[in-house]
Amino acid sequence: MKIHEYQGKEIFRKFGLPTPRGIACFSVDEAVEAAKKLGGAVWVVKAQIHAGGRGKGGGVKLAKSLDEVRDLSKKILGMNLVTHQTGPQGQKVRRLLIEEGADIAKELYIGMVVDRGTQRVVLMASSEGGMDIEAVAAQTPEKIHKVFVDPASGLKDEEARGVAKKIGIPDSALPEAAELLQNLYKCFWEMDASLAEINPLVLTRSNKVVALDSKLNFDDNALFRHPDVVAMRDLDEEDPLEIEASKHELSYISLDGNIGCMVNGAGLAMATMDTIKLFGGSPANFLDVGGGATAERVTAAFKIMLSNPKVKAILVNIFGGIMKCDTIATGVVAAAREVKLSVPLVVRMKGTNEDLGKKILKDSGLPIISADNMAQAGQRVVAAIKKKKSKAKPKPKPKVKAKGKKKAAKRKKK
Amino acid sequence: MSILINKNSRVVTQGITGKTGMFHTQTSRAYANGQACYVAGVNPKKAGENFEGIPIFGSVRDAKEKSGATVSVIYVPPPFAAAAIWEAVEADLDLAICITEGIPVRDMVEVRDRMRKQNRKTLLLGPNCPGVITPEELKIGIMPGHIHKKGRVGVVSRSGTLTYEAVAQLTELGIGQSSAVGIGGDPVNGLKHVDVLKLFNDDPGTDAVIMIGEIGGSDEETAALWVKQNMKKPVVGFIAGVTAPPGKRMGHAGAIISGGKGTAQEKLAVMESCGIKVTRNPAEMGRLLKSVLK
Repeated sequence: MKIHEYQGKEIFRKFGLPTPRGIACFSVDEAVEAAKKLGGAVWVVKAQIHAGGRGKGGGVKLAKSLDEVRDLSKKILGMNLVTHQTGPQGQKVRRLLIEEGADIAKELYIGMVVDRGTQRVVLMASSEGGMDIEAVAAQTPEKIHKVFVDPASGLKDEEARGVAKKIGIPDSALPEAAELLQNLYKCFWEMDASLAEINPLVLTRSNKVVALDSKLNFDDNALFRHPDVVAMRDLDEEDPLEIEASKHELSYISLDGNIGCMVNGAGLAMATMDTIKLFGGSPANFLDVGGGATAERVTAAFKIMLSNPKVKAILVNIFGGIMKCDTIATGVVAAAREVKLSVPLVVRMKGTNEDLGKKILKDSGLPIISADNMAQAGQRVVAAIKKKKSKAKPKPKPKVKAKGKKKAAKRKKK
Repeated sequence: MSILINKNSRVVTQGITGKTGMFHTQTSRAYANGQACYVAGVNPKKAGENFEGIPIFGSVRDAKEKSGATVSVIYVPPPFAAAAIWEAVEADLDLAICITEGIPVRDMVEVRDRMRKQNRKTLLLGPNCPGVITPEELKIGIMPGHIHKKGRVGVVSRSGTLTYEAVAQLTELGIGQSSAVGIGGDPVNGLKHVDVLKLFNDDPGTDAVIMIGEIGGSDEETAALWVKQNMKKPVVGFIAGVTAPPGKRMGHAGAIISGGKGTAQEKLAVMESCGIKVTRNPAEMGRLLKSVLK
């Protein structure tokens, strides 16, 4: 689960990390009031969305007067902020953070994640703050310093000091920088974070370290331990289809293609998406119905897939183990009837009660296309879309153009 | 022959009185030698009772001493699952298989750290895995038993249903399996691809292996490099998630491309460079394996 920067800073403060003073706002008037309350002569107006890269996208601006705070807040609040993490559609800004200006001498980078190889939390630090850290990691990996933290002892003082020194913290600021790193680790560990990032961590001209930004993600599996974090959830920042799916215990993720797919099991669901792509199609979503799908859940899954207007066909791929094929078939038929399915539906079922399932589909009288294996299912669903497209055309296009298309498709594959 | 489990294994179910634990103990017990192999259950509150004739003990240690259990299977709910794993480890069982999905990563980091530091003998399979089956001998986990066939091909995978898919393709081609192992979809787990490949390499009953991976982490790459140096038997592979977008968790907690790392393309490339034949078509896993058999 993700939270906003201002919420992350609230948590940081609880763990003793130095942050600039700031106030979260939902309107322009609130923003001006906040600036007045904070005082000073310089403020930062920061768009609060869950995606990173806000500065580059124009969502973080410096204001040198209350009028500028008003103008910038007006501009940013409600804007559609496009960053490399939001995708081209962008994300609407609904909240602002008004912060006091900082006296920046140097920008550094601090991050923490769980390293899968060592099965420990890894602290990553770099002198190249404020930048895209992925680019730093790719181009100059020697500039990223790592400490793999022993979970029994936590981040030790000498480890924290060592890293702080390596990223260029002057000796006079080492004790407080080390404390900040140790507190960040405590925060990561105790809050069950999956990512903690401060980019940039700044060194001020008076040699103080301050967390100018905050990014905290949490382990969804541990949220039961943190009702305070759950309360910070902002549904406006999440895909409404993904929210709806989670209500039905479905694991759903929107993609850009036009073939909806419903599969049991995460691995098989990914493999099904890959098969669609392999035969020239493009999946519209990832959807794992899980092990204990009922007719109700299958119907919910169909509704969610079809509420995406891009979906032109559906592929159902079920490996019935514990879940029986006839149960799924009954669910699929009921769902297709209830949603008055108008796009082609290809079903591939394998496993327990396979024949019974196929019979239910056949006897339903619905135009369901059956497939015996995954490859056939992929081919048939892609073909179904092509057929529908050519049918939908009022006049048959000249042959030359069709040939050109084929060639283009071939080129793409290569 | 087989790896990890066989008809001589003796199984204790942790969480035997829960809905999932009851159901899968019933179906696993009904498979092959299950009747003789499932010897105990654990529930501290129900010690002295029994589940369909399987005695319930107050602790894993007690179950081991009184029933001779060597392997544990864990269906305990997520908040308590890591503690259940530790209990099996402390009882010095040979193997703990954790089926439970949704265990906090921090709990797993802690329990794995303790296992390493104390150099415990117990192997851990999972969590968030389907378990392991040695066809026609013993099934421990949630996989459908009937699709399997006894034979000489090893299967190792991070995903449940994709493992079943591979197994079913093999069985349809008349190729049986020595053991099929699901290592689970969590980011912090026990046995990894490389560990299972080592076991298959040493198993005289295994001739070749299908290795199935998915996006996230670098376990498949580690395994591929080991195969290049050490594996005496042919390995074929498939990686799910070529179409998965970066930064999105694809169902499994560990299936995520982060910081540009853990893509399917990268894994496939490393596997190929290490002499592992790969397919990009999951419907071809069985036939690809058949092509490398002597």
